[in-house]
Amino acid sequence: MSGTFVGMPAFPVAAHDAVRNETLRGNLRHATHTIRAKRAKAVAEVSDWAELREAGKRIKDHTLFHLDRYLVQLEEAVTAAGGTVHWAADADEANRIVVQLVKETGESEVVKVKSMATQEIGLNEALEEEGIRAYETDLAELIVQLGKDRPSHILVPAIHRNRGEIREIFTREMSEWGRPAPEGLTDTPAELAEAARLHLREKFLRAKVGVSGANFMIAETGTLVVVESEGNGRMCLTLPETLISVVGIEKILPTWRDLEVFLQTLPRSSTAERMNPYTSMWTGTTDEDGPQNFHLVLLDNGRTDTLADEVGRQALRCIRCSACLNVCPVYERAGGHAYGSVYPGPIGAILSPQLRGTASEIDASLPYASSLCGACYEVCPVAIDIPEVLVHLRERIVEGGQVTREGNKVILKPAKGHAAERAAMRAARWAFGRPGALRTGQRLASRTRRFHPRTLPGPGRAWSESRDLPTLPAEPFRDWWQRTQGGNTDKGAAK
Amino acid sequence: MSSRERILGRVRRALADVPQDDTSYEQAVPREYLREHGDRSVEQTVDLLAENLADYRALVHRTDAEELPNLIMRLLAQRGSQSVLVPPELPPEWMSAAGPTRVHDRAASTPHELDKVESVITGCAIAIAETGTIVLDGSPDQGRRRITLVPDHHICVVRVPDQVVSSVPQALERLDPTRPLTWISGPSATSDIELDRVEGVHGPRTLEVVLVSGRASAEENA
Repeated sequence: MSGTFVGMPAFPVAAHDAVRNETLRGNLRHATHTIRAKRAKAVAEVSDWAELREAGKRIKDHTLFHLDRYLVQLEEAVTAAGGTVHWAADADEANRIVVQLVKETGESEVVKVKSMATQEIGLNEALEEEGIRAYETDLAELIVQLGKDRPSHILVPAIHRNRGEIREIFTREMSEWGRPAPEGLTDTPAELAEAARLHLREKFLRAKVGVSGANFMIAETGTLVVVESEGNGRMCLTLPETLISVVGIEKILPTWRDLEVFLQTLPRSSTAERMNPYTSMWTGTTDEDGPQNFHLVLLDNGRTDTLADEVGRQALRCIRCSACLNVCPVYERAGGHAYGSVYPGPIGAILSPQLRGTASEIDASLPYASSLCGACYEVCPVAIDIPEVLVHLRERIVEGGQVTREGNKVILKPAKGHAAERAAMRAARWAFGRPGALRTGQRLASRTRRFHPRTLPGPGRAWSESRDLPTLPAEPFRDWWQRTQGGNTDKGAAK
Repeated sequence: MSSRERILGRVRRALADVPQDDTSYEQAVPREYLREHGDRSVEQTVDLLAENLADYRALVHRTDAEELPNLIMRLLAQRGSQSVLVPPELPPEWMSAAGPTRVHDRAASTPHELDKVESVITGCAIAIAETGTIVLDGSPDQGRRRITLVPDHHICVVRVPDQVVSSVPQALERLDPTRPLTWISGPSATSDIELDRVEGVHGPRTLEVVLVSGRASAEENA
């Protein structure tokens, strides 16, 4: 398996193989079902969940609608507290900034806290090209990095691996990267965690540069917040001399007080805990405590383009909890890799095509990677109406229209490959506008129903491969209604 | 054009459809959620803290100010620690009965040096009952963030009920965001293997929280 998402096939092709992988399906079913039940319990503990969810949604919407103002306020606060703020319009620029900052320290390795933003921009690869080694320190990220694998879940990137596979990866690969796995390592989770502790300890203690993302940034104070479990975050945020945080511009909250909402909803939604083990909050630099050089890289990379879409912008409320992945029937079966992005699952299906545009096969197929069941919307702690955005994006792909790419308005052409769908819709519009033709057509269809195929021919074949065609009634409803005077004199259907 | 101007310009153009809105932030966000969950006496709040700490595998001890030095001595002896990190202004009486060597964290100490120390003992800024959380803010009785991170055994003393709040909203009111803050809810853990919680990864694998009721013993002494 290659460690990159470039050139991924469309979702149905990628998912086709994944659903036939029984180990993968077993691993995913086990993990998602475990967390689902726990999350429901953690949420039920707080009687004001609905109010917290509404407040979270409104805080995020307000922030997005005044994002320019809050970005400037944040920049001032971080600078006043001793930090340096950089702005990156896209992934390349963000990578250049980080590479330059690391080079200025003279170091050739960095320790990393798990961060979606740095995954999104491919920072590790960019550092590697410049001869800088990036060590992932989150347990699941470590499993992915050692296994030369790709992440398949926002919170637990190695969710597709079971304990036996993890043991095998550790035993095989750890010696390549540093301290080897202990002799006779078994597959009990506690021993695997211990192996990771020993392997990474030396790297933490000698690290001079840490790289992180952030869960929240507070505009009024300039405070950054990282929520984690293992303590690897604390190690990377406090032991090095230089800290570089790459954060998406949508992660801002206006006030310190706003944390009271998200620190209640995020842990319960993601790991189903009342509170995660460790949360670090820092404001610029502190004399004699932690890194004395702090750099914040504010990342756009498609976020402002997403913000320009009146329906789609709600995806920017996302706090990356991954509750939507854990309840999604499609994710549970297809797994995260099929989504071809660091953002898998329902949120990925609306985020990736907006951040990256729909030019590639995979991005154009993502809005269809859903049954629109709505479970994702129900669990979302910031009430993102994912089905609404999916339908909106489908419409855009089929019909084309205006979108914003890299700050410029462009007109998308209707996508290819939807010709049969468009023809069917045109035919329906024609027929429904002509009652006579509709009646004739329905009667003809009813009378010939014995000869109807069970699957559609031609371009409809893929659609009917996994669906039953509806059975037609022996006579059209309108005919039945007239003949029986609305069912009052029904003597059985016409033969 | 700098990237700063480019991004801010994109944001403003992206929001061109949004009507000008002068509603203040306070009015724009309804905060109908609760300030705390449930109605508890001060004692019950402390009990809840103890219960939730224990639920996430912290070892909880309750004592009064008089017994505290003996308790700390016993905890360190049970652990078999030879050395213990102490923040600059730990109340001296806490360690008055303890045997292990006291190690002071100096700015020049390297992480490798700290890694040789077995235990650390600190106070805290506040504790949150509903979530079983202790919060450190780097005050002189808590020290730099790294001292509660590198050793494998952390003893944290919480003065009850003064330092205990019920809920997350109440905690934020009492904390100073300009200080470096560490919120700790149980020992280091991970859910990364099959989404099941396992305790003990990089942070201290043993967290002992001592709830000390100062006033009770002061009254007895009076």
